[in-house]
Amino acid sequence: MLEIKGLGHRYADGHRALTGIDLGVERGELVCLVGPSGCGKSTLLRCVAGLLRPTEGTVTLDGNTVDRVPDGLAVVFQDYTRSLFPWLTVRDNVALVLRRRGLGRRERRAAAEEALAAVGLADAVRKYPWQLSGGMQQRAAIARALAYRPSLLLMDEPFGSVDAQTREDLEDLLLTVRGGEGGMTILLVTHDIDESVYVGDRVVVLTGAPGTVHTELRVDLPAPRDQIATREHPAFVALRAEVGRAVRRP
Amino acid sequence: MVADRARRVLLGGAGVLLVLGVMEAASRTGVVDAASVPPATEILSGAVEMAADGEFGGHLGATVAAWLSGVLLAVVLAVPAGLLLGSVPVLDRAALIVVELLRPIPSVALIPLAILVFVEPGRVERSLVCYACLWPILLNTLYGLREVEPVAKETLRSFGFGPLGVLLRVSLPSAAPLVLTGVRIALAVGLVVAVSAELRAGGESGLGIYLLATQSGGGRPDLMLAGALWAGVLGLLANGLLVAAERRIFRWRAVR
Repeated sequence: MLEIKGLGHRYADGHRALTGIDLGVERGELVCLVGPSGCGKSTLLRCVAGLLRPTEGTVTLDGNTVDRVPDGLAVVFQDYTRSLFPWLTVRDNVALVLRRRGLGRRERRAAAEEALAAVGLADAVRKYPWQLSGGMQQRAAIARALAYRPSLLLMDEPFGSVDAQTREDLEDLLLTVRGGEGGMTILLVTHDIDESVYVGDRVVVLTGAPGTVHTELRVDLPAPRDQIATREHPAFVALRAEVGRAVRRP
Repeated sequence: MVADRARRVLLGGAGVLLVLGVMEAASRTGVVDAASVPPATEILSGAVEMAADGEFGGHLGATVAAWLSGVLLAVVLAVPAGLLLGSVPVLDRAALIVVELLRPIPSVALIPLAILVFVEPGRVERSLVCYACLWPILLNTLYGLREVEPVAKETLRSFGFGPLGVLLRVSLPSAAPLVLTGVRIALAVGLVVAVSAELRAGGESGLGIYLLATQSGGGRPDLMLAGALWAGVLGLLANGLLVAAERRIFRWRAVR
Protein backbone atom coordinates (compact mmCIF):
# COMPACT_ATOMS: atom_id res chain seq x y z
CA MET A 1 0.00 0.00 0.00
CA LEU A 2 2.72 2.43 1.07
CA GLU A 3 6.13 2.36 -0.62
CA ILE A 4 8.97 4.55 0.54
CA LYS A 5 12.03 4.48 -1.74
CA GLY A 6 15.37 6.16 -1.18
CA LEU A 7 13.69 8.83 0.91
CA GLY A 8 15.88 11.62 2.25
CA HIS A 9 15.30 15.13 3.36
CA ARG A 10 17.52 18.12 3.88
CA TYR A 11 15.84 21.20 5.38
CA ALA A 12 16.39 24.65 3.91
CA ASP A 13 18.82 25.46 6.75
CA GLY A 14 21.08 22.60 5.60
CA HIS A 15 20.06 20.21 8.38
CA ARG A 16 19.86 16.70 6.97
CA ALA A 17 17.13 14.79 8.78
CA LEU A 18 16.80 11.58 6.78
CA THR A 19 18.68 9.64 4.16
CA GLY A 20 18.14 6.52 2.06
CA ILE A 21 14.98 5.27 3.76
CA ASP A 22 13.37 2.22 2.13
CA LEU A 23 10.19 0.94 3.71
CA GLY A 24 7.05 -0.80 2.55
CA VAL A 25 3.82 -1.07 4.51
CA GLU A 26 1.05 -3.53 3.66
CA ARG A 27 -2.63 -2.64 3.86
CA GLY A 28 -3.94 -3.19 7.36
CA GLU A 29 -0.50 -3.40 8.89
CA LEU A 30 0.57 -1.55 12.04
CA VAL A 31 4.20 -0.54 11.74
CA CYS A 32 6.01 1.09 14.64
CA LEU A 33 8.92 3.44 14.11
CA VAL A 34 11.25 3.64 17.05
CA GLY A 35 14.53 5.42 17.49
CA PRO A 36 16.29 8.04 19.53
CA SER A 37 15.30 11.72 19.39
CA GLY A 38 16.57 13.49 16.31
CA CYS A 39 16.61 10.46 14.04
CA GLY A 40 14.05 12.03 11.71
CA LYS A 41 10.96 10.06 12.70
CA SER A 42 8.70 13.11 12.59
CA THR A 43 10.20 14.24 9.29
CA LEU A 44 9.47 10.82 7.84
CA LEU A 45 5.83 11.04 8.94
CA ARG A 46 5.48 14.52 7.43
CA CYS A 47 6.84 13.28 4.09
CA VAL A 48 4.38 10.37 4.10
CA ALA A 49 1.55 12.81 4.96
CA GLY A 50 2.38 14.96 1.96
CA LEU A 51 2.94 17.93 4.29
CA LEU A 52 6.64 18.05 3.42
CA ARG A 53 8.13 17.45 0.01
CA PRO A 54 11.24 15.28 0.43
CA THR A 55 14.43 16.44 -1.24
CA GLU A 56 15.35 12.86 -2.22
CA GLY A 57 13.41 9.72 -3.07
CA THR A 58 9.70 9.04 -3.37
CA VAL A 59 6.68 8.07 -1.36
CA THR A 60 3.94 6.22 -3.19
CA LEU A 61 0.56 5.34 -1.81
CA ASP A 62 -1.55 2.78 -3.71
CA GLY A 63 0.71 3.38 -6.71
CA ASN A 64 0.33 7.17 -6.70
CA THR A 65 3.23 9.44 -5.86
CA VAL A 66 2.49 11.46 -2.74
CA ASP A 67 3.04 15.09 -3.75
CA ARG A 68 0.21 16.54 -1.69
CA VAL A 69 -1.88 15.36 1.26
CA PRO A 70 -3.45 12.07 0.11
CA ASP A 71 -7.14 11.30 0.55
CA GLY A 72 -8.20 9.26 3.55
CA LEU A 73 -5.28 10.30 5.70
CA ALA A 74 -5.29 11.34 9.33
CA VAL A 75 -2.36 12.48 11.44
CA VAL A 76 -2.06 12.65 15.22
CA PHE A 77 0.63 15.24 15.79
CA GLN A 78 3.09 15.05 18.64
CA ASP A 79 2.25 18.63 19.59
CA TYR A 80 -1.38 17.89 20.46
CA THR A 81 -1.87 21.17 22.36
CA ARG A 82 -1.25 23.22 19.25
CA SER A 83 -3.00 20.73 17.05
CA LEU A 84 -6.38 21.21 18.75
CA PHE A 85 -8.33 24.37 17.95
CA PRO A 86 -8.87 26.29 21.19
CA TRP A 87 -11.88 28.23 19.88
CA LEU A 88 -13.86 25.02 19.33
CA THR A 89 -15.23 22.61 21.89
CA VAL A 90 -13.69 19.17 21.97
CA ARG A 91 -16.70 17.79 20.10
CA ASP A 92 -16.49 20.49 17.42
CA ASN A 93 -12.76 19.85 17.04
CA VAL A 94 -13.67 16.34 16.02
CA ALA A 95 -16.81 17.24 14.06
CA LEU A 96 -14.99 19.89 12.01
CA VAL A 97 -12.70 17.44 10.23
CA LEU A 98 -15.67 15.17 9.45
CA ARG A 99 -16.91 17.81 7.01
CA ARG A 100 -14.44 16.27 4.60
CA ARG A 101 -16.31 13.01 5.01
CA GLY A 102 -19.51 14.41 3.56
CA LEU A 103 -21.55 13.92 6.73
CA GLY A 104 -24.45 16.13 7.79
CA ARG A 105 -24.24 18.28 10.89
CA ARG A 106 -26.09 15.84 13.12
CA GLU A 107 -24.11 12.85 11.86
CA ARG A 108 -20.86 14.70 12.42
CA ARG A 109 -21.78 15.43 16.01
CA ALA A 110 -22.91 11.88 16.66
CA ALA A 111 -19.73 10.44 15.14
CA ALA A 112 -17.63 12.89 17.17
CA GLU A 113 -19.33 11.94 20.42
CA GLU A 114 -18.94 8.26 19.65
CA ALA A 115 -15.20 8.62 18.98
CA LEU A 116 -14.72 10.72 22.11
CA ALA A 117 -16.57 8.12 24.17
CA ALA A 118 -14.25 5.45 22.76
CA VAL A 119 -11.24 7.25 24.25
CA GLY A 120 -13.03 7.88 27.55
CA LEU A 121 -13.96 11.51 26.97
CA ALA A 122 -17.75 11.16 26.90
CA ASP A 123 -18.08 13.68 29.73
CA ALA A 124 -15.78 16.25 28.15
CA VAL A 125 -17.45 16.76 24.76
CA ARG A 126 -18.68 20.26 25.56
CA LYS A 127 -15.46 21.40 27.16
CA TYR A 128 -12.78 23.37 25.40
CA PRO A 129 -9.36 21.79 24.85
CA TRP A 130 -7.69 24.22 27.26
CA GLN A 131 -10.02 23.09 30.01
CA LEU A 132 -8.62 19.56 29.77
CA SER A 133 -5.44 17.99 31.13
CA GLY A 134 -2.62 17.17 28.72
CA GLY A 135 -3.56 13.51 28.63
CA MET A 136 -7.19 14.32 27.88
CA GLN A 137 -6.16 16.69 25.09
CA GLN A 138 -4.02 13.95 23.64
CA ARG A 139 -6.98 11.57 23.72
CA ALA A 140 -9.16 14.19 22.02
CA ALA A 141 -6.61 14.46 19.20
CA ILE A 142 -6.62 10.67 18.85
CA ALA A 143 -10.43 10.59 18.82
CA ARG A 144 -10.44 13.19 16.04
CA ALA A 145 -8.19 11.04 13.88
CA LEU A 146 -10.14 7.84 14.60
CA ALA A 147 -13.52 9.47 13.91
CA TYR A 148 -12.24 10.43 10.49
CA ARG A 149 -11.90 6.71 9.68
CA PRO A 150 -8.73 7.16 7.65
CA SER A 151 -7.33 4.39 5.49
CA LEU A 152 -3.85 5.52 6.58
CA LEU A 153 -3.30 6.78 10.11
CA LEU A 154 -0.03 8.43 11.08
CA MET A 155 0.67 8.93 14.78
CA ASP A 156 3.60 10.80 16.24
CA GLU A 157 4.18 9.87 19.90
CA PRO A 158 0.42 9.80 20.48
CA PHE A 159 0.43 8.42 24.04
CA GLY A 160 3.23 10.46 25.60
CA SER A 161 1.09 12.36 28.11
CA VAL A 162 -1.51 9.82 29.18
CA ASP A 163 -1.26 7.76 32.34
CA ALA A 164 -0.15 4.13 32.17
CA GLN A 165 -3.62 2.60 32.48
CA THR A 166 -5.11 4.85 29.79
CA ARG A 167 -2.12 4.17 27.61
CA GLU A 168 -2.83 0.46 27.69
CA ASP A 169 -6.48 1.08 26.87
CA LEU A 170 -5.51 3.26 23.90
CA GLU A 171 -3.02 0.68 22.66
CA ASP A 172 -5.79 -1.93 22.72
CA LEU A 173 -8.13 0.51 20.96
CA LEU A 174 -5.56 0.87 18.17
CA LEU A 175 -5.39 -2.89 17.80
CA THR A 176 -9.15 -3.04 17.24
CA VAL A 177 -9.25 -0.36 14.51
CA ARG A 178 -6.33 -1.57 12.43
CA GLY A 179 -6.49 -4.33 9.84
CA GLY A 180 -9.52 -6.32 8.76
CA GLU A 181 -12.34 -5.18 6.51
CA GLY A 182 -11.96 -1.44 5.88
CA GLY A 183 -9.45 -1.38 8.70
CA MET A 184 -6.74 1.18 9.00
CA THR A 185 -3.12 0.98 8.08
CA ILE A 186 -1.16 2.60 10.87
CA LEU A 187 2.32 4.06 11.11
CA LEU A 188 3.12 4.81 14.74
CA VAL A 189 6.13 6.72 15.97
CA THR A 190 7.02 5.94 19.57
CA HIS A 191 9.87 6.18 22.03
CA ASP A 192 8.52 3.28 24.00
CA ILE A 193 10.13 -0.01 22.97
CA ASP A 194 7.64 -2.18 24.86
CA GLU A 195 4.78 -0.37 23.21
CA SER A 196 6.25 -0.83 19.74
CA VAL A 197 6.49 -4.58 20.22
CA TYR A 198 3.09 -4.85 21.90
CA VAL A 199 1.04 -3.08 19.19
CA GLY A 200 3.27 -3.54 16.13
CA ASP A 201 3.08 -6.09 13.37
CA ARG A 202 6.54 -4.87 12.55
CA VAL A 203 9.02 -2.64 14.34
CA VAL A 204 11.35 -0.44 12.31
CA VAL A 205 14.31 0.96 14.19
CA LEU A 206 15.67 4.23 12.86
CA THR A 207 19.05 5.47 14.00
CA GLY A 208 21.56 8.14 13.33
CA ALA A 209 21.48 11.72 12.19
CA PRO A 210 20.53 11.79 9.37
CA GLY A 211 18.19 8.91 10.15
CA THR A 212 18.39 5.59 8.33
CA VAL A 213 16.63 2.27 8.79
CA HIS A 214 18.79 0.27 11.18
CA THR A 215 16.70 -2.86 11.65
CA GLU A 216 13.28 -4.19 10.70
CA LEU A 217 11.73 -6.81 12.92
CA ARG A 218 8.57 -8.79 12.32
CA VAL A 219 6.56 -9.25 15.50
CA ASP A 220 5.12 -12.72 15.59
CA LEU A 221 3.08 -12.80 18.74
CA PRO A 222 -0.16 -14.69 19.25
CA ALA A 223 -3.37 -12.74 18.61
CA PRO A 224 -5.36 -11.31 20.23
CA ARG A 225 -2.73 -9.50 22.21
CA ASP A 226 -3.27 -9.08 25.88
CA GLN A 227 -1.66 -6.51 28.12
CA ILE A 228 -0.59 -9.08 30.68
CA ALA A 229 -0.16 -12.36 28.78
CA THR A 230 1.52 -10.90 25.70
CA ARG A 231 4.01 -8.92 27.72
CA GLU A 232 5.18 -12.05 29.59
CA HIS A 233 5.39 -14.16 26.44
CA PRO A 234 9.00 -15.29 25.82
CA ALA A 235 8.86 -14.03 22.21
CA PHE A 236 7.80 -10.58 23.48
CA VAL A 237 10.69 -10.47 25.94
CA ALA A 238 13.15 -11.55 23.25
CA LEU A 239 11.87 -9.00 20.69
CA ARG A 240 11.88 -6.23 23.22
CA ALA A 241 15.52 -6.94 23.99
CA GLU A 242 16.37 -7.07 20.32
CA VAL A 243 14.70 -3.72 19.60
CA GLY A 244 16.37 -2.24 22.67
CA ARG A 245 19.79 -3.31 21.51
CA ALA A 246 19.15 -1.95 18.01
CA VAL A 247 18.10 1.43 19.39
CA ARG A 248 21.18 1.66 21.61
CA ARG A 249 23.78 0.37 19.15
CA PRO A 250 24.32 2.73 16.27
CA MET B 1 -11.43 38.52 40.76
CA VAL B 2 -14.38 40.59 42.01
CA ALA B 3 -12.19 42.35 44.54
CA ASP B 4 -9.67 43.06 41.78
CA ARG B 5 -12.29 44.61 39.59
CA ALA B 6 -13.72 46.71 42.43
CA ARG B 7 -10.22 47.92 43.22
CA ARG B 8 -9.62 48.91 39.61
CA VAL B 9 -12.92 50.79 39.39
CA LEU B 10 -12.15 52.58 42.66
CA LEU B 11 -8.67 53.58 41.55
CA GLY B 12 -9.98 54.74 38.16
CA GLY B 13 -12.66 56.80 39.87
CA ALA B 14 -10.08 58.27 42.22
CA GLY B 15 -7.94 59.30 39.22
CA VAL B 16 -10.89 61.06 37.58
CA LEU B 17 -11.76 62.88 40.81
CA LEU B 18 -8.16 63.97 41.26
CA VAL B 19 -7.95 65.48 37.76
CA LEU B 20 -11.31 67.22 38.21
CA GLY B 21 -10.17 68.57 41.56
CA VAL B 22 -6.94 69.97 40.11
CA MET B 23 -8.86 71.58 37.23
CA GLU B 24 -11.37 73.08 39.63
CA ALA B 25 -8.67 74.46 41.91
CA ALA B 26 -6.62 75.84 39.00
CA SER B 27 -9.57 77.82 37.65
CA ARG B 28 -10.89 78.96 41.02
CA THR B 29 -7.51 80.16 42.26
CA GLY B 30 -6.74 81.93 38.99
CA VAL B 31 -3.73 79.77 38.04
CA VAL B 32 -5.48 79.44 34.68
CA ASP B 33 -7.88 82.03 33.29
CA ALA B 34 -11.36 80.96 34.37
CA ALA B 35 -12.83 82.69 31.31
CA SER B 36 -11.01 80.38 28.88
CA VAL B 37 -10.83 77.25 31.07
CA PRO B 38 -13.88 77.24 33.31
CA PRO B 39 -13.87 75.21 36.55
CA ALA B 40 -14.59 71.51 36.24
CA THR B 41 -17.94 71.79 38.01
CA GLU B 42 -19.18 74.24 35.39
CA ILE B 43 -18.02 72.00 32.55
CA LEU B 44 -19.74 69.02 34.15
CA SER B 45 -22.99 70.86 34.71
CA GLY B 46 -22.78 72.02 31.08
CA ALA B 47 -22.30 68.42 29.98
CA VAL B 48 -25.34 67.27 31.96
CA GLU B 49 -27.43 70.14 30.62
CA MET B 50 -26.41 69.27 27.05
CA ALA B 51 -27.41 65.67 27.49
CA ALA B 52 -30.97 66.80 28.15
CA ASP B 53 -30.85 69.12 25.15
CA GLY B 54 -32.35 67.55 22.02
CA GLU B 55 -30.29 69.66 19.67
CA PHE B 56 -27.00 68.48 21.11
CA GLY B 57 -28.29 64.92 20.97
CA GLY B 58 -28.79 65.33 17.23
CA HIS B 59 -25.21 66.53 16.78
CA LEU B 60 -23.86 63.70 18.86
CA GLY B 61 -25.95 61.17 16.92
CA ALA B 62 -24.66 62.47 13.59
CA THR B 63 -21.06 62.06 14.70
CA VAL B 64 -21.69 58.59 16.07
CA ALA B 65 -23.37 57.53 12.81
CA ALA B 66 -20.53 58.82 10.62
CA TRP B 67 -17.90 57.41 12.98
CA LEU B 68 -19.35 53.92 13.25
CA SER B 69 -20.21 53.63 9.55
CA GLY B 70 -16.68 54.73 8.66
CA VAL B 71 -15.18 52.13 11.00
CA LEU B 72 -17.54 49.45 9.71
CA LEU B 73 -16.57 50.20 6.12
CA ALA B 74 -12.90 49.99 7.12
CA VAL B 75 -13.52 46.56 8.71
CA VAL B 76 -15.26 45.34 5.58
CA LEU B 77 -12.35 46.48 3.42
CA ALA B 78 -9.34 45.85 5.65
CA VAL B 79 -10.08 42.34 6.97
CA PRO B 80 -10.44 40.71 3.52
CA ALA B 81 -7.45 42.74 2.29
CA GLY B 82 -5.44 41.50 5.26
CA LEU B 83 -6.49 37.90 4.62
CA LEU B 84 -5.48 38.24 0.98
CA LEU B 85 -2.11 39.86 1.70
CA GLY B 86 -1.46 37.52 4.61
CA SER B 87 -1.97 34.41 2.52
CA VAL B 88 -0.29 35.47 -0.73
CA PRO B 89 3.31 36.39 0.16
CA VAL B 90 3.98 37.93 -3.27
CA LEU B 91 1.11 40.40 -2.81
CA ASP B 92 2.22 41.10 0.75
CA ARG B 93 5.70 42.11 -0.36
CA ALA B 94 4.34 44.17 -3.24
CA ALA B 95 1.91 46.00 -0.95
CA LEU B 96 4.34 46.58 1.91
CA ILE B 97 5.83 49.85 0.65
CA VAL B 98 2.47 51.20 -0.48
CA VAL B 99 1.00 50.50 2.96
CA GLU B 100 3.97 51.96 4.81
CA LEU B 101 3.79 55.07 2.57
CA LEU B 102 0.06 55.67 2.97
CA ARG B 103 -0.19 54.79 6.64
CA PRO B 104 1.68 57.77 8.15
CA ILE B 105 -0.28 60.35 6.13
CA PRO B 106 -2.51 62.11 8.67
CA SER B 107 -6.14 61.88 7.66
CA VAL B 108 -6.57 65.55 8.51
CA ALA B 109 -4.07 66.38 5.75
CA LEU B 110 -6.39 64.65 3.30
CA ILE B 111 -9.44 66.76 4.23
CA PRO B 112 -9.04 69.21 1.28
CA LEU B 113 -8.68 66.31 -1.13
CA ALA B 114 -11.65 64.50 0.39
CA ILE B 115 -13.77 67.67 0.05
CA LEU B 116 -12.86 67.89 -3.64
CA VAL B 117 -13.64 64.24 -4.27
CA PHE B 118 -16.67 63.63 -2.04
CA VAL B 119 -18.10 67.20 -1.76
CA GLU B 120 -20.91 66.33 0.66
CA PRO B 121 -19.61 66.79 4.25
CA GLY B 122 -21.09 63.53 5.58
CA ARG B 123 -19.34 61.54 2.87
CA VAL B 124 -16.12 63.46 3.40
CA GLU B 125 -16.25 62.56 7.08
CA ARG B 126 -17.05 58.87 6.57
CA SER B 127 -14.39 58.42 3.93
CA LEU B 128 -11.73 60.02 6.11
CA VAL B 129 -12.71 57.93 9.13
CA CYS B 130 -12.58 54.85 6.93
CA TYR B 131 -9.15 55.79 5.57
CA ALA B 132 -7.70 56.33 9.02
CA CYS B 133 -9.20 53.09 10.34
CA LEU B 134 -8.00 50.90 7.49
CA TRP B 135 -4.42 50.79 8.73
CA PRO B 136 -4.71 49.57 12.28
CA ILE B 137 -7.20 46.90 11.19
CA LEU B 138 -5.15 45.83 8.18
CA LEU B 139 -1.90 45.65 10.12
CA ASN B 140 -3.43 43.80 13.05
CA THR B 141 -5.01 41.29 10.67
CA LEU B 142 -1.57 40.71 9.15
CA TYR B 143 0.09 40.35 12.58
CA GLY B 144 -2.66 37.98 13.63
CA LEU B 145 -2.14 35.80 10.56
CA ARG B 146 1.59 35.68 11.17
CA GLU B 147 1.00 34.30 14.65
CA VAL B 148 -1.20 31.41 13.59
CA GLU B 149 0.13 28.13 14.93
CA PRO B 150 1.74 26.24 12.00
CA VAL B 151 0.76 22.92 13.59
CA ALA B 152 -2.90 24.01 13.66
CA LYS B 153 -2.77 24.78 9.94
CA GLU B 154 -0.98 21.52 9.17
CA THR B 155 -3.56 19.63 11.18
CA LEU B 156 -6.42 20.83 9.03
CA ARG B 157 -4.35 20.36 5.86
CA SER B 158 -3.62 16.77 6.86
CA PHE B 159 -7.37 16.11 7.05
CA GLY B 160 -7.64 17.12 3.39
CA PHE B 161 -8.70 20.77 3.72
CA GLY B 162 -7.49 23.11 0.99
CA PRO B 163 -5.90 26.54 1.40
CA LEU B 164 -9.26 28.35 1.56
CA GLY B 165 -10.60 25.94 4.17
CA VAL B 166 -7.48 26.42 6.29
CA LEU B 167 -7.69 30.20 5.90
CA LEU B 168 -11.32 30.41 6.99
CA ARG B 169 -11.35 27.69 9.62
CA VAL B 170 -7.95 28.09 11.26
CA SER B 171 -6.20 31.30 10.26
CA LEU B 172 -9.20 33.61 10.57
CA PRO B 173 -10.37 32.39 13.99
CA SER B 174 -6.79 32.39 15.31
CA ALA B 175 -6.22 35.92 14.07
CA ALA B 176 -9.62 37.18 15.21
CA PRO B 177 -8.50 38.44 18.66
CA LEU B 178 -5.81 40.63 17.10
CA VAL B 179 -8.24 41.79 14.40
CA LEU B 180 -10.62 42.89 17.14
CA THR B 181 -7.80 44.73 18.90
CA GLY B 182 -7.20 46.50 15.58
CA VAL B 183 -10.86 47.48 15.47
CA ARG B 184 -10.57 48.84 18.99
CA ILE B 185 -7.59 51.00 18.02
CA ALA B 186 -9.45 52.07 14.88
CA LEU B 187 -12.46 53.19 16.92
CA ALA B 188 -10.28 55.55 18.95
CA VAL B 189 -8.55 56.92 15.85
CA GLY B 190 -11.84 57.15 13.96
CA LEU B 191 -13.52 59.32 16.57
CA VAL B 192 -10.68 61.85 16.47
CA VAL B 193 -10.84 61.92 12.68
CA ALA B 194 -14.64 62.24 12.63
CA VAL B 195 -14.63 65.29 14.90
CA SER B 196 -11.62 66.83 13.10
CA ALA B 197 -13.33 66.39 9.74
CA GLU B 198 -16.44 68.14 11.06
CA LEU B 199 -14.34 71.01 12.36
CA ARG B 200 -12.55 71.44 9.02
CA ALA B 201 -15.12 70.37 6.44
CA GLY B 202 -18.23 71.80 8.08
CA GLY B 203 -21.69 70.39 7.47
CA GLU B 204 -25.12 70.49 9.04
CA SER B 205 -24.65 68.52 12.22
CA GLY B 206 -22.05 66.74 14.27
CA LEU B 207 -20.10 67.18 17.46
CA GLY B 208 -17.46 69.22 15.61
CA ILE B 209 -20.16 71.53 14.20
CA TYR B 210 -21.50 72.02 17.70
CA LEU B 211 -18.02 72.79 19.02
CA LEU B 212 -17.56 75.38 16.25
CA ALA B 213 -20.89 76.99 17.18
CA THR B 214 -19.86 77.29 20.84
CA GLN B 215 -16.83 79.28 19.74
CA SER B 216 -18.74 81.79 17.58
CA GLY B 217 -19.73 85.17 19.03
CA GLY B 218 -18.44 85.64 22.55
CA GLY B 219 -17.65 81.92 22.81
CA ARG B 220 -18.76 79.48 25.45
CA PRO B 221 -15.64 77.61 26.62
CA ASP B 222 -17.68 75.72 29.21
CA LEU B 223 -19.95 74.27 26.52
CA MET B 224 -17.03 73.63 24.21
CA LEU B 225 -15.20 71.62 26.87
CA ALA B 226 -18.44 69.89 27.84
CA GLY B 227 -18.89 68.85 24.18
CA ALA B 228 -15.31 67.60 24.09
CA LEU B 229 -16.00 65.67 27.29
CA TRP B 230 -18.84 63.86 25.55
CA ALA B 231 -16.47 62.85 22.76
CA GLY B 232 -14.25 61.38 25.45
CA VAL B 233 -17.18 59.51 26.95
CA LEU B 234 -18.01 58.03 23.54
CA GLY B 235 -14.45 56.82 23.12
CA LEU B 236 -14.41 55.34 26.61
CA LEU B 237 -17.69 53.52 26.03
CA ALA B 238 -16.59 52.10 22.69
CA ASN B 239 -13.33 50.86 24.14
CA GLY B 240 -15.01 49.37 27.20
CA LEU B 241 -17.59 47.53 25.11
CA LEU B 242 -14.93 46.05 22.86
CA VAL B 243 -12.69 44.99 25.72
CA ALA B 244 -15.67 43.26 27.32
CA ALA B 245 -16.52 41.59 23.99
CA GLU B 246 -12.91 40.44 23.54
CA ARG B 247 -12.90 38.86 26.99
CA ARG B 248 -16.14 37.03 26.33
CA ILE B 249 -15.52 35.84 22.79
CA PHE B 250 -11.84 35.03 23.13
CA ARG B 251 -11.78 33.36 26.51
CA TRP B 252 -9.54 30.69 24.98
CA ARG B 253 -6.84 33.23 24.32
CA ALA B 254 -6.56 34.43 27.90
CA VAL B 255 -6.10 30.89 29.12
CA ARG B 256 -3.38 30.07 26.64
